[in-house]
Amino acid sequence: MKILVAVKRVVDYAVKVRVRPDRTGVETANVKMSMNPFCEIAVEEALRLREAGAAAEVVAATVGPAQSADTLRTALAMGADRAVHVLHDQDPARPLLPLAVAKILRAVALQEKPDLVILGKQAIDDDCNQTGQMLAGLLQWPQGTFASKIILDTEKQKATVEREVDGGIESICLDLPAVITTDLRLNQPRYATLPNIMKAKSKVIKKIAPEDLGVDIRSDMEVIEVNEPPKRKAGVILSSVDELLDKLKNEARVL
Amino acid sequence: MARREAARLLRRLGPLAVESWTRGMPHSQHESANRIVNSCRRFHWIPSLQRPLCGPTTSGGIYEGQSSAKKACEVQKHTFGSAATHIQRNPAYSELNSDDVSYFKSILGENGVVQDEDRVAVANVDWMGKYSGASQLLLLPKNTTEVSKILSYCNTRRLAVVPQGGNTGLVGGSVPVYDEVIVGLSGMDKIISFDNVNGILTCEAGCVLENLSNFVENEGFIMPLDLGAKGSCHIGGNVSTNAGGLRFIRYGSLHGSVLGLEVVLADGTILDMLTTLRKDNTGYDLKHLFIGSEGSLGVVTKISVLTPAKLPSTNVAFLSCNDYKSCQKLLLAARRSLGEILSAFEFMDHHCIDLAMRHLEGVHNPLPASPYKFYVLIEITGSDESYDKTKLEAFLLRSMEDGLVADGVIAQDISQASNFWRIREGISEASVKVGAVYKYDLSIPVEKLYDIVEEMRCRLGDSAEVLGYGHLGDGNLHLNIVSSKYDDNTLERIEPFVYEWTSAQRGSISAEHGLGLMKAEKIHYSKSPEAVQLMASIKKLLDPNSILNPYKVLPQSVL
Repeated sequence: MKILVAVKRVVDYAVKVRVRPDRTGVETANVKMSMNPFCEIAVEEALRLREAGAAAEVVAATVGPAQSADTLRTALAMGADRAVHVLHDQDPARPLLPLAVAKILRAVALQEKPDLVILGKQAIDDDCNQTGQMLAGLLQWPQGTFASKIILDTEKQKATVEREVDGGIESICLDLPAVITTDLRLNQPRYATLPNIMKAKSKVIKKIAPEDLGVDIRSDMEVIEVNEPPKRKAGVILSSVDELLDKLKNEARVL
Repeated sequence: MARREAARLLRRLGPLAVESWTRGMPHSQHESANRIVNSCRRFHWIPSLQRPLCGPTTSGGIYEGQSSAKKACEVQKHTFGSAATHIQRNPAYSELNSDDVSYFKSILGENGVVQDEDRVAVANVDWMGKYSGASQLLLLPKNTTEVSKILSYCNTRRLAVVPQGGNTGLVGGSVPVYDEVIVGLSGMDKIISFDNVNGILTCEAGCVLENLSNFVENEGFIMPLDLGAKGSCHIGGNVSTNAGGLRFIRYGSLHGSVLGLEVVLADGTILDMLTTLRKDNTGYDLKHLFIGSEGSLGVVTKISVLTPAKLPSTNVAFLSCNDYKSCQKLLLAARRSLGEILSAFEFMDHHCIDLAMRHLEGVHNPLPASPYKFYVLIEITGSDESYDKTKLEAFLLRSMEDGLVADGVIAQDISQASNFWRIREGISEASVKVGAVYKYDLSIPVEKLYDIVEEMRCRLGDSAEVLGYGHLGDGNLHLNIVSSKYDDNTLERIEPFVYEWTSAQRGSISAEHGLGLMKAEKIHYSKSPEAVQLMASIKKLLDPNSILNPYKVLPQSVL
C-alpha cells in the first residue's frame, strides 16, 4: 500500500512575521522557512503506518519553488522513501491557491496511485484549511479531516479516523483510497537522525512542472495589498459612569 | 494561531528566572517582560546565619529581619558557603534607624523605599535558596542621581549596601549576608539609545537581558551574551559579574563587548565612562575594573554594549558520544570544520539528560534509542541557511564515520532547536527541583575536564548524584552535585577537594559564576597572593569604608 504525503514550505512558525515595506506581501527574505507543522505531523503519521506494516511506501510531494526541495529533504530525512517536487515559482501578487494545489495533487495522485493521501489540516501561512477537502472532492474520494487518530485496516481497505470537532471527537470509517488531514494531537513528529539524513541523500526527488501534469494553475485572485492589523489603542481608565456614557455616546458612537 | 500562542505561553510560564528558551535562528522569539520574579519562586527559608547580637535591637518602626525568617515556608537546613558560617557581622557598620529611612524616603519618594516584609524577604534570598540575608530595607532608585545620593549617604553613615539586579547569581553575591541595605536597580530599566548602523546599545543597568535581546533582535542584532537566566537577569548584573553564557565561544567576554559604563562609586561620585566608541586608547581603561567586580568597587548604572549582527541562519544539532574523549575530539574537529560559524558547543553527561527528562515539563529526549554516555549540542550561526546546513551535515556525517559521534539529530525547524536548548538550559532548573544542589563552576584544561566528575562520583558514591555539563568549547565545567537535602557530610566530601583538584590543574575555581559569598575565601586557589594584595589595595582605594557588597569576593584577611 502506498501513502502520498503532501507537504508545504512555510515561514517557520516561531518566527515573528512582518509585512514587507512595499506591502506586497509578508517578508520572506532572510527569514527561516520550515515544513508546515501540520505537514510534519502528516509525514510522521505516514511513517508510523509504514512501520506498523500497514503501508509499504511513503511518497512526499510538494508544490513550490526550487527551495521547496529542502522541505522534501526534511521529509526524506524523517524517513519518506521518495519525493515528488512540482516546481512552481511563487509570484506574491498571484499566490498559489488551495484549489490550484488540489488540482496539482490530484494529478500527482492519479500518477502515483496511492491508497491514502495525508495532508496537514492547514498551512500556517494562509490558514486556508481547504486543500485536503478540495483534493478529496476532485478525486471523488472520502475524507477524514482534523484527524487525531488513524487506524488502517488493510484487509478490508478501510480507515477509521477519529476527528477533532467542536463538540468532541467524532469517529468515522472511510473506504480506501481516502484523503486524511492531520490535526495537532495526532502525533509528535520525530527528529531527523543523522543515519536517516545520510540515507536521504540517495533518495530520489522527481521534478515535474505543472504543465506536464496538464493542470492549469492560473490564479483567479490577485493580492493587491497586505497590511498589518491596526495597532491596538491603549485603554483608558475612566473615573465615573457619566464619563463612560459620554464616551460611548460621543466617541464610540454606539449609543 | 492557537498553537503559537499556546507554545509561547508555555515558555513564559516556565519556572522562575531560568527558562524561556530561545534558540534557533531568528532568536526573535523572546516575548516581552518575562520577569517572573516573585510568583514562581521556591523559598528555602533558612534560619538566620549565626550572628552575634551586636548592640541593642534597632529602634522602633524598623522591621526585625529575624521574625520573617521564622515564618518559614520550608525550613531547609543549609550548609555550603563555608564562608557564611565563619564570617561575623562587622561591627564597624552602622545599624539602620528611622532617620535613615526618612532620609531615603525624602530622596526616593514613598515608592522607592520598601520595608514591606514580603518584598524585602524576597530580595533577601538568592535564586537557589541557599543564601539568605536579614536586610530590613530595599531601596529602588529610578535614576543615577538617586543611586549617587543613596551611596553618598550610606558612605557617610557607614551603612553597608548590596547592589542587586535580577538576583539570579549562583554564589550568593546578590543578597545581603546580614542587614545590608539592598539597592535594587529594577526601576532603572530604560533603553537609552540604539545605534542601528554600528549596533551599539546604550541602556540602564536594570534592563532585563531578555527584553534587551528582543529589542535588538527587532533591529537585526543580537546581544553578545545569552544565558539560561535571561528572563530575569539584569544587564547591570551581567556586567558586574562578567557573565559568560552560551554565546561566549563565538562572541567572547563582556570585557570585549562592553564599550562604556556609567558607575557610581562608594562615596556617591558618578563616574561617567559611557562612551560608544569602539576604539579609545586614552589613559587606563577603568571600565575593566568594574566588569566582573561583583558590585564591590562600584554600582553600574548605565552600559553601552556592542551588539553583533543577527545572522539569518541558525542550525542546531544534538549528538551523542560514547566517551568523553570523543567529545574532545569532536570539539577539535568542529573548530576546524565549522570554525567561523560555530556559535555554541555544549556538552552534558547522561545523568543530566535523565534529570532533565524527569523534572522538566514538555521536553522529550531527541535520542531516546540507546542510553549514551555523553551528549553534545552544537549550534552554528551563519548567513546562508542551506550552505551552513550542508556544512553541518557533512561535518556530522564525517564525524559519525570517524566514530566520534554515535548518533545525532539535526533540528529541522525552530521549535525542534528550542527543544534541544531547553534541555541544556534546563539542567540547572531541574537540579534545583531534586532538592539540594552543590554547584561548582570550574575552568579546567579540556583533556582533564571530566576527570573531576568521575572522581567526585567515587568520593560520593550513592549519597548524591553528580552531574557534569557545561561549555566544553570554553573549557568550562559546571559540576552539579544533587541530593535530596543539604548536609554537612556531603559538603565535607566535596570541599575543599574540588578546589584543590582544580588548583592542581591550574584551573579556575570560578569560571563564570564569580566569587560572591560562596568562594570569598577561596581566591587563593586560583590567584597569587601578590595579585590578591593588589586587588585589596584597589578595593580600599575605591571603597575605603567597605560599604559595597561586604564579606564577598575578597578574603576578609586581606581587607
